[in-house]
Amino acid sequence: MHLSNSSVPSGLPPGLVRGLAASTRAGRWRPGLATGCRHAEIFAPAGEGSGAGLALALAREALKNEGWRCAPGDPAADTPDERAWLWVQDKAARRLSGRPYRPGLPPDLRHRLIHVAADKPEDALFALEEALRCRDLAFVIGEIAGNPKALDFTASRRLSLAAERHGVPLWLVRLDAACDLGSARMRWKVVAAPSPAPRWNAHAPGDPTWRAELFRAHTFQPGQWTLRDDASALAVSPAFEAGAGDLVRAPGDRSLAAG
Amino acid sequence: MLAIWCAHLAIDRWRLAEGCDRGRDADAAPVVLVGESAHGPRIAAVNAAAQAQGAVVGTMLADARALCPGLVVHPADPAGDLAFLEGLALWAQRWGPWSALDPPDGVIVDTTGAAHLFGGEQALVADALRLLQRRGLAARVALAPTAGAAWALAHHGPQGAILAGGEDVARRLGALPVAALRLDDDVLLLLRRLGLKRIEDLASVERENLARRFRNRRSPAANPLVRLDQLLGRVPEPALPVIGVEAPMVQRRLMEPIRHRSLLDRVVADLAGDMARALEGRGQGARRLELGLWKVDGEVLVRRLEMAAASRDPAHLVRLFAARLDDVDAGFGIELVRMRASWTEPLALAQSDLEAAAENHGTSLAACIDRLTVRLGPQAVRRPAPQASHLPERAQRWQPPLAPVKTSQEEFEFHHRPLKLLDRPESIAVIYAAPDGLPRVFGWRGRRHVIARAEGPERIAPEWWRERSSVRLRDYYRIEDEEGRRFWIYRHGIAGDGRGGMPEWFIQGLSA
Repeated sequence: MHLSNSSVPSGLPPGLVRGLAASTRAGRWRPGLATGCRHAEIFAPAGEGSGAGLALALAREALKNEGWRCAPGDPAADTPDERAWLWVQDKAARRLSGRPYRPGLPPDLRHRLIHVAADKPEDALFALEEALRCRDLAFVIGEIAGNPKALDFTASRRLSLAAERHGVPLWLVRLDAACDLGSARMRWKVVAAPSPAPRWNAHAPGDPTWRAELFRAHTFQPGQWTLRDDASALAVSPAFEAGAGDLVRAPGDRSLAAG
Repeated sequence: MLAIWCAHLAIDRWRLAEGCDRGRDADAAPVVLVGESAHGPRIAAVNAAAQAQGAVVGTMLADARALCPGLVVHPADPAGDLAFLEGLALWAQRWGPWSALDPPDGVIVDTTGAAHLFGGEQALVADALRLLQRRGLAARVALAPTAGAAWALAHHGPQGAILAGGEDVARRLGALPVAALRLDDDVLLLLRRLGLKRIEDLASVERENLARRFRNRRSPAANPLVRLDQLLGRVPEPALPVIGVEAPMVQRRLMEPIRHRSLLDRVVADLAGDMARALEGRGQGARRLELGLWKVDGEVLVRRLEMAAASRDPAHLVRLFAARLDDVDAGFGIELVRMRASWTEPLALAQSDLEAAAENHGTSLAACIDRLTVRLGPQAVRRPAPQASHLPERAQRWQPPLAPVKTSQEEFEFHHRPLKLLDRPESIAVIYAAPDGLPRVFGWRGRRHVIARAEGPERIAPEWWRERSSVRLRDYYRIEDEEGRRFWIYRHGIAGDGRGGMPEWFIQGLSA
């Protein structure tokens, strides 16, 4: 795997590469990497829970890896993160894919959820922007169905700016939406994938698994993964670990650190 | 307590509707308002000219016509009078935070803690007299420590009488007639026959003797002793607040009625600053605020606001009220604006300059939730809390976001639960591989799902202590289809349970 952290000049966020042919010099994303990305979009079909599932998994991953504002040197960093997080849905998203269900949420997140049931997409965008300005929130998840007129490039840019200014990360799930213009730093497409068989009951559904495609990112190469959320962390399923199959790298191209 | 008695409410209303001055135009002629009674029209109200010619309230119209043939007759409107009185009671809250109707033609206002806003009790009474006169109402006003005393002074004392807190109520009111005790007519008649004409006469009779004669203690209007005790403040009047809780209150009386939004915003900002200082002095923060706007034409608009956590930040209050003032119709202008914190909670003093750069450091959670609630409504911003129930849709309930979560026993997590729950379970069409087993294929929202793996059933019986006996049980399955979508479906009932026909299948949840 190609890691570019060592080649990045100091002072830039990890993985940020600019200039000519930046995409070939950029690193590949892998779970557990601190991306520094505050605004990601996830396009998912509405008839399954994959979009919200991946958003939550990525959010937990980010909380663990970056600990957004529990910076090192923060005396309160040892205490468990008890900040609230917000889940904003518009009416169509609630109708198509339901509301969050507390007993099904991860145990470390379920008591901190605040749910906002907006009616119109405009209201949902307002709620998202207000939430991103709030310093007491751990992260924000939005769910908006379709391609409403209110969610154009300007609105998306507003969200990006608010998220980056105040450092509150946003995962915006787009249900049944076409990939229109957007300013998110990372844009994913996700569908459900067959899960690995559990150890004790091979006939039961296993850990949540998704086929995720990172099709646009500012700091990473695009690629495809099959991601699995085993209760502790996000993991890459072995079948797709090599990423996009069409990109074969020379043996000498990998850094020693990546093994 | 401020008592206002509109002595000629019905006639004043008629005159305002006619649009004529007192004693001029239509009011110069003898006018009577009549109501229907079992024996024909009876006079309900008379104006000054009719009274001079001998018309008396309560006589039959035919008798009055015999005395004075030139009477002008209009119908009375008791329902309209009552509605007017309700509006007047609301309007009269400008002198105090709480007011009550005193039918048929009076209003009682609780002015506790409000007199200093007007510059003393004399100034308050003068202000009331001036404004009532400006509205064209012939009203008598009195101020006293108890509602009964204020009522007695308004009806039978001098105009604008004030009974200060330290005065001896019994001596001051002793010379008033017993009618000042708000008694029923038959009780008054009985007292007159007994020769008890003034309030001080009652004191000359032994209390036990009076108590023996007037045994009805249920209705105060039938018992002079209860009324006397209410007058003297020995017995509380049930309709009045028991403890006078002084809510922080600030107001601006405007020299010039304002009609424009920008000026109103300015006034609200000033009030928010005043309120912040008032609250800071008490070490409190507001949870609920009421903004009252008194308009020149006698109408009152009230805007209420509730906050998720106690706050007294003026900028925050102004911002929240700004959203609530969009639909205010100023009409001819707003002359008095008052802000009142009807619900406060202790809020410690905080270092304020840390908040100065809220734009840079972001808002606090409570402020964020207030902003969301004001625009989206309180039902839109909530948090799930666990509830002791087996039924999945009842196992969580929604509560305000910053309210404390009740302690509850943690559920045993033997079973996986889906990430999301549909608002109501949706029916699915199924094809069985074997009768009354798990379906092989099902159709949902126009798509076909082939079940590849499944876990179940998890049987959830209806809660018999809550529901009817005909409710069917549910068998839940956690399934994954061939493309990897994970759902939570259930069979409603089992074949042959005697509670309906063939069981149906529903989808209730979507797993991650």
